[in-house]
Amino acid sequence: MGSHSHSNRRWFLMGGASLVSYVMGAVRSMRGQTRAPEARAKDEFAYGTPSPFDNTVRRTLGQLTAVTDTALTTPLQDLDGIITPSGLHFLMDHVKGWPDIDPKQHRLLIHGMVDRPVTYTMDELKRLPSVSRIYFLECNANNRPIRGANGESVQNVHGRMSCSEWTGVLLSVLLNECGVQKEASWIVAEGSDANKYTMSIPLAKAMDDILVAYSQNGEPVRPQQGYPVRLIVPGWEAIRSVKWLSRIKVVDQPYMAWHESGNNADTIPGGKGLWYRFETGPNSVITRPSGGQRLPGRGFYEITGLAWTGGGAVTKVEISIDGGRSYKEAELQQPVHRYSHTRFRFPWTWNGEEAVLQSRCTDERGEVQPTLAEAAKNLGVEPDYFYQADHFNGVQPWKVNRDGSVQNALLL
Amino acid sequence: MRYCCSLFGVTAVVTLAACVAASAQGRTYQLGSAPGEEEIKARDIAISPDGKELPPGSGTAKEGAAVFAQKCASCHGREGNGGVTRGIVPLGNAKPVKLPVSLVPYATTVWDFINRAMPQSKPGSLTPDEVYAATAYVLFRNEVIKETDVLDATTLPKVRMPNRDNFLPAQPGWKPGQKRPFGYYP
Repeated sequence: MGSHSHSNRRWFLMGGASLVSYVMGAVRSMRGQTRAPEARAKDEFAYGTPSPFDNTVRRTLGQLTAVTDTALTTPLQDLDGIITPSGLHFLMDHVKGWPDIDPKQHRLLIHGMVDRPVTYTMDELKRLPSVSRIYFLECNANNRPIRGANGESVQNVHGRMSCSEWTGVLLSVLLNECGVQKEASWIVAEGSDANKYTMSIPLAKAMDDILVAYSQNGEPVRPQQGYPVRLIVPGWEAIRSVKWLSRIKVVDQPYMAWHESGNNADTIPGGKGLWYRFETGPNSVITRPSGGQRLPGRGFYEITGLAWTGGGAVTKVEISIDGGRSYKEAELQQPVHRYSHTRFRFPWTWNGEEAVLQSRCTDERGEVQPTLAEAAKNLGVEPDYFYQADHFNGVQPWKVNRDGSVQNALLL
Repeated sequence: MRYCCSLFGVTAVVTLAACVAASAQGRTYQLGSAPGEEEIKARDIAISPDGKELPPGSGTAKEGAAVFAQKCASCHGREGNGGVTRGIVPLGNAKPVKLPVSLVPYATTVWDFINRAMPQSKPGSLTPDEVYAATAYVLFRNEVIKETDVLDATTLPKVRMPNRDNFLPAQPGWKPGQKRPFGYYP
């Protein structure tokens, strides 16, 4: 798992208040005070909770695009490895709140262009052959270069993505049980939230690797993540991974439901709309040091971050400490999983001068993460097109100033 | 089988065996149950662009104005220009470069979402007539149809949205799984 030193990350603290509480906490924890069992919350016995000294590792409210949205972002700057703790998984829904579903009442219906329509109870789903796979989920609106007043931190800009070990049944197993008819070419997946959120997905992907997941990081999928069962569509923008899954209809065309057309289509100059952005592009971001943090002084630091791609496995991550003029290869945490977060690490000694740190991802297809300028040039738009657009996967530069402060340098 | 002695009995057993063979074909695990027609019909609410799932009923923009005032205006604003949440004009949300009027390709998309998700306080509570009327009102306010046009299962799918042909795949010709040229992601 690499030689990551736990103490290094403690220097990348966000703001003075956190630093003070950290120091006070350190003093107290060195005394090793043990609270009496009766002084602890009951649930700490039944279900462990983080240290009270780590109470800043929390999700924060993301910028909303409508009052009916719910958005919570993952504190990527505080996390290690590749797995996002379930309670810190991002949340982005176009509906207020989330449903509480009784699994005993829940039924998954599969019908449409199949020989044998079927309904499954949760117990029946769990009796079928299962697989466990590590997959990232990324909101299609992640990485927007501008995220409002607090857009400087990696949590605000990139925090709409997380990575978990998902367990469930391959959708292909369920579809084969039903006997998909040969004219079928798409599925329509529907959730049981207030909006009955709906998405169309090509049948070829459904028969390939889509997971009907009831478990996340070893325990039941959290209600915010789709309890009791959800789709996981590996490598594709997370809007397709329908939560609270209750119905799959096998069909012969995309249905263009609200959240896959009007609400999620992008436009380009010239008046055309863009559809069918399925796979995410090769992407990466340095999570430490990152925007809003402060280096306490010159010397050794480990640069670390995450890379991911809808193209499969990340094969290379390069780090630049001079704003992209030169790159050197980072170490990738092994094993690298396909459609998973990939942790990278890079040793760096800061000489106290200004530096611009950025990372660049290459995947198994040889696809390379572009800079903002390159992405704009290739799409034929001005860079400001991406300021509020979705589906952006550009290189993220962080500038280290002489005083040790780190800021978002994408638009500097 | 050995207990079957009459001609009728033999036929029945052979038929039963054939049924079991047919339902077992491809169904490896014998789990789950067959849903009834009524259950499927009740849950089959997603509307395709050709509208084949649309229920009977009808409505006009004029009728829809009354539905809107009663059940929609408290959130979308009295004039439909936004209130607690975004307005109904134009359809779609605010993007950096807006298409004129609409990012919605089919009128069925509008009907489907009103039917499944509106009003937010009680989604799914509108009658088919109310959904047809509310859809007609939204489309009229977006200057897609006339105030007196009647929307029903036949006419709704024929409504041509202004930008029906103005959509492109992110990269023409690209299919999932293929390598994309540098910078065209996604």
